[in-house]
Amino acid sequence: MSDFDQELDASGLNCPLPILRAKKALGSMSSGQVLRIVATDPGSVKDFEAFASQTGNELLDSGEESGKFVFRMKKA
Amino acid sequence: MSEKKLAIIATKGTLDWAYPPFILASTAAALGYETQIFFTFYGLQLLKKRLTLKVSPLGNPGMPMPMGMDTWFPVLGTALPGMESVMTMMMKKKMADKGVASLDDLRELCLEAEVKFVACQMTVDLFDMDPSAFIQDVEYGGAATFFEFAGESDICLYI
Repeated sequence: MSDFDQELDASGLNCPLPILRAKKALGSMSSGQVLRIVATDPGSVKDFEAFASQTGNELLDSGEESGKFVFRMKKA
Repeated sequence: MSEKKLAIIATKGTLDWAYPPFILASTAAALGYETQIFFTFYGLQLLKKRLTLKVSPLGNPGMPMPMGMDTWFPVLGTALPGMESVMTMMMKKKMADKGVASLDDLRELCLEAEVKFVACQMTVDLFDMDPSAFIQDVEYGGAATFFEFAGESDICLYI
């Protein structure tokens, strides 16, 4: 069983696209579901923290996997 | 969370300066801000259906150029015919290579997120601009219209 409900590949995209795509993806999910996001933009690390604190969606974890930034976000 | 408001005045009509209003507006909307952009003077170019914005190295010593040209290339040389087109082409290519969104895309994302666009009626008339050349989702208004929203805003930016 995977630890997320939906995945968003934002690789190669730059600010503000990863955030905008994540917002859109979360919009189609239901409360409590988890979105996994993969990004290559180094700025997205801080940006997803800021996005979480301002929108109330919880950033479960944020890390690096084979040179890419991976986030899991739980929809509020 | 109570809805915050962001008011932006977009006054520049070059390719590079078209980015900040659209990036900030789309991001703010994604963060839950109610957002409005007031387009005035050269900023009205950002509302054209077909965006043909350019960048100019002329009079812009801060603009990084290939091969370190910004440090040794004579300023007058940047005024030569064709320089603007070449620089614009290079800038667009660089942006595409780095995964920076196109202006058309960012503008569309703003509209999807219900960012409100207001065109300054006075400058539209001043420049004899044809409103049919603008995208559909534009309202027209003046300074008082701007303040109606800006007066209630949490953040107000002049770009």
